[in-house]
Formats: sequence, C-alpha cells, structure tokens
Amino acid sequence: MTQRPSQGEAPLAIELRGISKAFGPVQANKDISIQVKRGTIHGIIGENGAGKSTLMSILYGFYKADAGEIYIGGRPTPIPDSQAAIDAGIGMVFQHFKLVQPFTVLENVILGAEDGKLLKPSLAKARKLLTDLAREYELDVDPDAVVEDLNVGLQQRVEILKALYREADILILDEPTGVLTPAEADHLFRILKGLRDQGKTIILITHKLREIMEITDTVSVMRRGEMTATVKTAETSPEQLAELMVGRKVLLRVDKTPAQPKETVLEVRGLRVIDDQGVERLRGIDLDIRAGEVLGIAGVSGNGQSELLEVLGGYRKAEGTIRMNGQEIALTGSASDARMRRMQGIAHVPEDRQREGLIMEFRAWENVGFGYHREERFGSGLFMDNTALRTDCEGKMARFDVRPPDPNLAAKSFSGGNQQKIVLAREIERDPDLLLIGQPTRGVDIGAIEFIHKQVVALRDKGKAILLVSVELDEIMALSDRIAVMFDGRIMGERLPSETDANELGLLMAGMTGKPVAAE
Amino acid sequence: MDYAGLIQILDSALRLSTPLLFACLAGLFSERAGVFDIGLEGKILASAFLSAAMAAYTGNVWLGMFAGILASLMLATIHGMASITFRGNQLISGVAINFLASGLTVVIGEAWFGLGGRTPQLEGAARFGELTLPFADAIRGIPFIGPIYADLLSGHSILVYVALLCVPLTWWILSRTRFGLRLRAVGENPAAVDTAGVSVVGLRFAAVMICGLLCGLAGAYLATALSAGFVKEMSAGRGFIALAALIFAKWRPWHALGATFLFGLLEALGNRFQSLELLGITIPTQFMQALPYILTVVILAGFVGRAIPPRAGGEPYVKER
Amino acid sequence: MTDALPKWADILLIPLINLILALVVSGLVVALIGKDPFEALSILVTGAVGSAYGWGYTLFYATNFIFTGLGVAVAFHARLFNIGGEGQAALGGLGCALVLLYLPLPHWSLAIIAASLGAALFGAAWAAIPAYLQAKRGSHIVITTIMFNFIASALMVYLLSRVLIVPGAGGSPETARFVESVHLPNAYDVLPWMGFSRSTPLNVSFLLAIAACVFVWVLIWRTRLGYEIRAFGQSEPAALYGGISSVRIIMIAMLISGALIGLMAINSVMGEAERLVIDPVQGAGFVGIAVALMGRSHPVGVFLAALLFGALYQGGGELTFEMNGMTREIILVIQALVILFTGALDNMVRAPVERAFLSARKRPRAPLPTNPVEPGGHSDEKKVEP
Repeated sequence: MTQRPSQGEAPLAIELRGISKAFGPVQANKDISIQVKRGTIHGIIGENGAGKSTLMSILYGFYKADAGEIYIGGRPTPIPDSQAAIDAGIGMVFQHFKLVQPFTVLENVILGAEDGKLLKPSLAKARKLLTDLAREYELDVDPDAVVEDLNVGLQQRVEILKALYREADILILDEPTGVLTPAEADHLFRILKGLRDQGKTIILITHKLREIMEITDTVSVMRRGEMTATVKTAETSPEQLAELMVGRKVLLRVDKTPAQPKETVLEVRGLRVIDDQGVERLRGIDLDIRAGEVLGIAGVSGNGQSELLEVLGGYRKAEGTIRMNGQEIALTGSASDARMRRMQGIAHVPEDRQREGLIMEFRAWENVGFGYHREERFGSGLFMDNTALRTDCEGKMARFDVRPPDPNLAAKSFSGGNQQKIVLAREIERDPDLLLIGQPTRGVDIGAIEFIHKQVVALRDKGKAILLVSVELDEIMALSDRIAVMFDGRIMGERLPSETDANELGLLMAGMTGKPVAAE
Repeated sequence: MDYAGLIQILDSALRLSTPLLFACLAGLFSERAGVFDIGLEGKILASAFLSAAMAAYTGNVWLGMFAGILASLMLATIHGMASITFRGNQLISGVAINFLASGLTVVIGEAWFGLGGRTPQLEGAARFGELTLPFADAIRGIPFIGPIYADLLSGHSILVYVALLCVPLTWWILSRTRFGLRLRAVGENPAAVDTAGVSVVGLRFAAVMICGLLCGLAGAYLATALSAGFVKEMSAGRGFIALAALIFAKWRPWHALGATFLFGLLEALGNRFQSLELLGITIPTQFMQALPYILTVVILAGFVGRAIPPRAGGEPYVKER
Repeated sequence: MTDALPKWADILLIPLINLILALVVSGLVVALIGKDPFEALSILVTGAVGSAYGWGYTLFYATNFIFTGLGVAVAFHARLFNIGGEGQAALGGLGCALVLLYLPLPHWSLAIIAASLGAALFGAAWAAIPAYLQAKRGSHIVITTIMFNFIASALMVYLLSRVLIVPGAGGSPETARFVESVHLPNAYDVLPWMGFSRSTPLNVSFLLAIAACVFVWVLIWRTRLGYEIRAFGQSEPAALYGGISSVRIIMIAMLISGALIGLMAINSVMGEAERLVIDPVQGAGFVGIAVALMGRSHPVGVFLAALLFGALYQGGGELTFEMNGMTREIILVIQALVILFTGALDNMVRAPVERAFLSARKRPRAPLPTNPVEPGGHSDEKKVEP
C-alpha cells in the first residue's frame, strides 16, 4: 500500500462539476462531481455498467455530456473532441488498445501528432524523444518493431508512450491490468508511480479492489451512474469499498462443501492446436476432469484457454486425443463435431456470449434452442416447433430469474447478467455430463454473479464435471476444486486451492514453474 | 507474330489498361482508407458520359474532362454520405450508384442528344490527341529499342502518361506523407486515428474524393481518348475488373500497374484475335471477350496468391467505449 | 436500437418515406431535363394500372420481380449479397428452354413442372460456383456474381448465335418457338371477363410466384434450415459455436437463391416469349435487389415491392411512348434511388423518425426507477425498454 504525504494544498488537475449523460432512457452518468489533485494516482472503482467508462469517454471528448462542466488546471475547459482533450494535456490508455497493428511503434506514436506534412523529420524527432522517455520511465520498446509482433504488455507501453509524446499531464488508464500477468502489472504500477513522482496525474479505472488498495492515493466509487464516495485510500478498506460499490454487504466467498469427485468424465491427452497463421496455440495439453468437481483453468487471457474451450466445444481443429466418458471424440473442428459434442453430453457456456453464445438479434425464445435446434423436443422433421421453444423459454426464465421474463424480447435487449442466465439455463438444463464455462461473470453485475456461482456449485453437487475458464483469479480460487494454470499453450501446473495462493498462481501464470504438481 | 505485331499489341494493351489503372488507383485510395467501393463502375460511366457531352457541346476536351470529374465527384459524395456520414452498407451504396449512373446517363443523354443514349461523335479538339514524345521519329530506326520508344511509349494521349505518373505519386503519398500515414491508419484501425485527435470522417471523405477524381479521369479517358464519344454502358465492367486487379495487387500502387496491364493485355489480345485456333479447336469470340471476367474470378478465387485487405475495410466507424 | 420503432413504422412507414424520397429526387431529374414530372407521374400511373392492358403487364413484370426479389432475400438472410440475378435468370431461361425444346411434353401442366426443374437447376448451378468460391476460398461474392453476369451474357450470345440458333430462320439469335402444347394459359384464357387482351403476358406463373412466397416464408421462419440460415446471417461466430456449417449454409442459401431467380424464366421465357431470346432477363435480376431491400427480405414485403416495381416498369415503358425524349431508363434511376435510400442511406431516414417516435413516447413515461440492485437486476448499459 502506498501512502503519500499530505497534499491538502495541492492544486487540482481536474475537476468535474455536475456531469450528466443519458443514452436514450438510460442515465449512464448522473450529476457527477469529482476533484483530482495534481501529482496523485486517483482510482475510480465500480462494477460493470456503473458508468466509469462513460465518464472517462466524456473527459476524452468521445461523448458530449448533457450537463456539467470540466475544469482542467482550474480553468473551465470544454472538451468537444479528442483533439481538445489532447490539447488540454489529457492522455488516455484504453482497455482495448487503439493501435494500428501493421505499423511500427514509431509510426503509431507520431500518428496524429506529426510535425509537418512529410514523415521523415517527424520520425527522426520521435525516435530521439522515445529513447529519452524509455530511459526515464522504464518504458523500453523497440521503436522499429511492428506493433502486431509485440506482446500486450509492450503494446500497452506504446499506448503510454503515445500519451507522453503528446506531453500529457493527466493520464487515464481504463482497466489496464486485465490483459497483463501479475508481473507485468507490477511493472506497470512501477511506471505509473514513476510518472506520478514526476508530477503527472494519473486516473486509474478498475473493478479490482486489490489494485486500488495497492497503488492509488485517493479513490472514488461509482454505482449506477452516480459517484457514491471519494475517500483517501489509506483511510478505507476493501470491504468498505465493496459495500460502497454494490450498496449492500456482499459475499466475496462462495459457500460450498468439499468436492466428492467420482469417475473420470473427460480425459485429454497431448492436445495440440495450430491456428490459421501457423502459430501453435496449444502445445500438448493433458487434463482429467472427474464427475462432481470443478476444474478451474487460470491464466492471463490469450494463453490458449479460448482455444482449449473451442476444441472441447467442437469448433476448432486439433491433434491429440480426447475421451468423453471413455469414448474417443472427433477433433476435426467441423460443424458436425460441435453438434456431436452436445449429444455426447458436453454443454458449453462460451467466453463471449454476445459473439457466440447468443444471436443478439434473435428473440429470447429463439435463443433457448440455439445449438439444440435440431433436437426432437424443438420440432419434428424439417420443421421447428416455435410453440415448444416459447414454452421452454418461459420455464427457463422463471427458474433462472431472467428479467424481464419476456420471451419475445431480443437477446440484445437484456442486461449482461440476464443474457448470461439465458445461456446458462440453456446449457445447464440440457443436463450435460460436462459443462464448459468460460468467463462466467464477465460483464455481469454483482447480484447476478452470486446467482451464477451458486448454479455452478449446484451443478457440481449433482455430480457433474465442470471445466471453468476465467481470467479472474478470485473467481477461480472461489469456485475450483482443482486449479490448472495455463501459460503459452501449456499447463504450467496443477494446484489445490487450499494449498496455494495468489502469489504462487501468479508466478505460474507468468510462465515460471513453481513446485511440482500437487498430489491429490 | 513478328516484333512489330508484338509492339502493336503491347501498345494497345497500354491504352486499354489506362482506364483500369486510374480506376484501380481510385479503389486503392478508397479501400486503404477503409471504404469499399463497388461503385467505381458507375463513377466511370457517369464521367464518361458527362465528359463526352461537355466535349461535344463546347468542342473542348479539357472542359469535358473537368465536367466528367465533376460527375464522378458528385457520385463519390453520395457514396461518402452513405458509407461514412450515415454508416450505411457500403456494398449496397456502391450498387445503387452503379444503377444510378446507368439510368441517368441514358435518360439525360436521350433528352440532350436524342441519339438513343449516345453522344455525338467527337472530333478534333473535342478529343484527346496523341502526344509524340521528343525524338520519337529520330529513334524509331534503332533496332529493338527504337520501336519500343517510338511506337509503344510514344503516341498516346496525355492521360496515359498522367495515369502512369499517378503510380509513383500514389506510392509517395501513401508511404512518405502525413496524409498517407493517416490514410493507411484509418483503413486499419479508425479508432486509433480518432483517439489521436484526427477526424476519421475527414480522412475517409478525402480518400473517397480522391477516388472520385481518379474515376473521373478513367471515364474521361474512356470517352474522349480511347473512344470518340459516349455509348450506353461503355464502362463494361471495368470498375469491377479494377477491383479484382486491386486485390491481385494486394492494395499496392506498383503492383496495381502490373495487374491492370495484365488485364489490358488480355483485352488487347481478345480484340486482336477475334477467334483463335488452339490445338485444332476454334475458341469462339465470346470466350475471348469473357476472358477478363473469367480471369477476375480466378484471381478472386485466390488461385494466384492470397492477400490481406485493410482490416477496417467495409465497416463504418462507430465509436465505442 | 431498432426497438425504438413500432413494427408497423419499421415495415411500412420507413419504406414509404424511402419511396417518396426516391420519387421526389427522380422528379427533380425529370424537371432538370426540361420535362414535367407531374405529367410523367400521371402517365406512369395510368399506364401501369389504368387499364386491363396495363395491369396485365404490371403483374407480368411483378411476377419476374417476385422471383428475383425472393432469391435476393433468401441470400440476404444468410448475409450474402447476390447480385448475380441477371446471370442466374438467364441460365434459368436456358434450362427452361432446353427442357421445353427437347423433352416431349404433352400438356402445359406437365411442362411447367419439368421446365421449373430445369430453370431452377440451371439458375442454382450458375450461383453454385460463386457460392463455392465464397464458402471455401472467401472470394468476394459480390464481385464474383457480377463477373458471372458478364460471363453468362457471353455464354448466351455464343449458344444462341452458334448452337441453338434455328438455321435459315432469318439469323436472329434465338431458339425455335416452343410447341403449342406447352403454351401456358394466360390471363385472357383464365379470366376472359376481366378484359385482358388475347396477347396479355400475364400468365399462370403469377400463381407460381405466390406459391414461391409461401415457400420462402415457411423456409425462413418455420424450418430448422431457415433458423440456421438466419442464425448464420446474424452471427458467423455464433453459428460456428452452434454447430452450423458455414459452407453448407452458404451453398444452400445461394442454391435456393439461384433456383428462385432461375424460376423467373417460367414467366418470361415459357409464359411470354415462348422461345429463348438473347436477353430474357431485361434487368429483372437487378430489380430483385431493390425489391428485396424494400421488402425487408420478408416474402410479404417482397410481394408488395414487386408489385410496385412491376407498375413502375410498365408505367416506365409507357413513358417512352407518350413523352418525347423520355426513356424507360428513368425507372432505373428510381430503382437506384430506392436501393440507395432503403439500403445505404437507411440511417438518414430512420434516425429522425426514431427520434420523433421517442419524443412522442417520452412524455407520458415516469422517470427511471432507482430501486437498489437485486439479484436479477440489471445495471448494465443495455437496458430494456418498458
């Protein structure tokens, strides 16, 4: 935890007064006022959809506020577009990087901030400046490297360099650690502290309490579009912040009894995946999952977890063998594989429900049959039975508390949590032997998170096997009976939750082998 | 075929590839900026009509050319409005523009000239004349090199040379200037350009307008240099062939020169050999005429190498959080 | 958010506004070339629906456009843009003609079945190659289908001028006339009291077109295949997850699309010309795009849009005769503008209409409730509209 000397008299870098923003009927920001002191790291925390990103987008000129004023360095500063934000000394590092992949680092840095109409002098000047910045802030990156060849940690540095090249005094980072290993996150925090000590102001948007406690000086909490509190980090606790975020006491732990694992349901041996670009994404995976247990796969995103789920779900080609209930299953990745998986008792809640799990334009009742639409219960012969689908949907909505319980609404009209409940209901009620579930609570509000976690545990207690993939270490720790850590297409090790901690898992996630595999 | 015959075919190929080259570079600017343009065809047609009409009316080919460019720019503006401002479907917009050009050229042509959609035959100063390069006559006598210079390179209308000059110019703009950097960036990731404080709309409009300008030149060349007047549907799929050439060229200017020359050569061969005897089988004229279209399909099928298009191509830019 | 509009506004009001915009702009064009747009409109309307003669042609053209519109619409549902209707319909004509020329068919009822199979098969076959290239090699189907239009036109010229031409019959590039026994009953034969002339082109294929509408409706909204086509069209990654084969859907959707478009030949080749001529399609393949867009890819919408375009084509033909210096290509202009306004500039029309509806609805509604979050509550950005 960092503590800064008292800064009561420090001038304000940014002040927002009464900012409001509505999207149609949705009030994303409601009368928000906030003061950020110069030379501090100010955290903004809130759950998904609390309005954090909207607020920052207003500050960066992406959206125009309906009401309210922005003061930069004490002066009222309207920010109609990004250029105005840049001119006001604001730099932004987005959650999804805004880099041109086939360009070099240098080209990315000067884009939009070139000196003159020809590139040559701009590039020469940027090269010199970049070298200086790298030395000053531990921001080393090869200026001539092509961005798409860089790992995410380095790409993030390019984003920070872009902001510094534009002489930003205020740096906003939106969920910066989501794609980083713990080690990379530590490095980032060192950079941020260095920047603060040079007098820069940093705003860190995150939903991770640990990060707030670790690095910020002040923290503001947002809930449902409103700013509920701003407190000194040193004077608060994670529990208090969590309560402020949600508005009531929440259980951060999941209640569950010890697992009663039975026979092996899924057996994976020597699984390899080579993608279209010829990159090896899985480099020999061995896994066993038994009935009545949750196997959690931890890891920073992009280390092969998605590919593993896709292979198990039947829509990615792979080499190796997989046995489901003792039967070897096909790994051709053709559409028939994906259909067969469902018949073989494998259900799949995919990582990205809006891209894969649901057809967003389809109504809820059409979605409850998706993937199972050829089954007898949803029709006969060539035809679909839309009445059966509607009835099924009504039942699922009641049992899974989907709101509003209207089968005729399009999937896109539901909130993230309710969309996830529709997918979950579809997959769980098919009564699978194995449930694959990826990022079960991404973009889901805390209320629904509890519900979803309970469903997963209940399914396990019914004696089903569950493979859980999540980038949230807390979620893995809370739900899993065994934890496997993936790094660079390999399983780095397996641990029992009771015999490990976040530090050890963090090391494994960064590709550093720890102790030998824990005995069961 | 003797050497003179070969030179003659290459000469004809150069003429025929010129409108394709203009159109291909036009598509290059638009697509590198992330805007698909199926409507090259319509812009060429509109420009061909208006340039011929204006040239016929004033007797001045230059005025004709500017009128043609203006027609093409107007259609480009519609495409820009549809695909950039209103974030509509770029393919549908292009298709609509093609039909619009097909319809308007005939409706207006018939109202103005009453010749069933044709413009009057262009003569004299209403057409682009042939330029003789310096020393062409002096060098012609030199064996081998002489005919290449005097008969192949010399003796074209000025627009042929303009088209050829556009190739290095395009390369230079894209790779060496600020505008080019931003243009390429907006075709790959418009969000990067937007967050850098540069207007995505402005850049894309600029690209679409350059595309309109170049299509205008293609159309003007077609009606006032290659032919002597406008005839109904005279673009004959050149806009689409240019798009195929663009894919074949992997969106690069120098490659575009080669790809369009290949199509020009094919057309020249088709014109020269109305029916061809190959291994005792007579290949019908219609096959020779369809050859450029067939080759286009073959190229698109990727039998001659795959290419990665600009990543943000065809997608309207919507800001996201 | 499409939910901002009531359904009737989405399927009726917006297309109507689009059509009016297209007509207004075309009227400006007419005025620009020094003619009276109101006179043109009145000739157009009278010519199209002012007489049994006009209705005969209007419905005849509409029949063509229903087939091509349905074909384009089925492809649209799979998010495929089939602009190869010209070629597919031409090949459909070839298939139809070959059946009628070379199979001994005693009666028109038998002949229409055989010819339909021939037309559908050839139309589908011409769509198959672009479909295969799209499915397997990712070749842009828009450009390949256009190229296949050009190739089809060359092929037709070759076949009709070299192969199928009747020797010694004046040398015009067309096949022999079909035998009298396969003559389709036309509106004069079936409905003599309606005042259709003996030579009216409207024939029983119109009923086949209506049957095709029903078929497409059942296919898209009631079958498992239709469900898969729509799912694939909405989201390719989801289709992959759901075990829907992209190759299969692209192929099937395009084959059905090509077959429907090919069926147009039953109306134009078998029903009207009664022989195969050099361009049996006359732009109907392209009209199908406007019809499908305007009809929102729904069979009922396609039917209505086809009627409208049928009237425009018939009325446009009359314009050529009745107004000096006016050509039927003005219809092409209207068609282009309809495609432009409905397909590409949709947001231009939609956004203000949505805003109007939203503000009309806002007044009676209470402000958003601010009760605390509960399980199942939704504090996401994507709120449900009550």
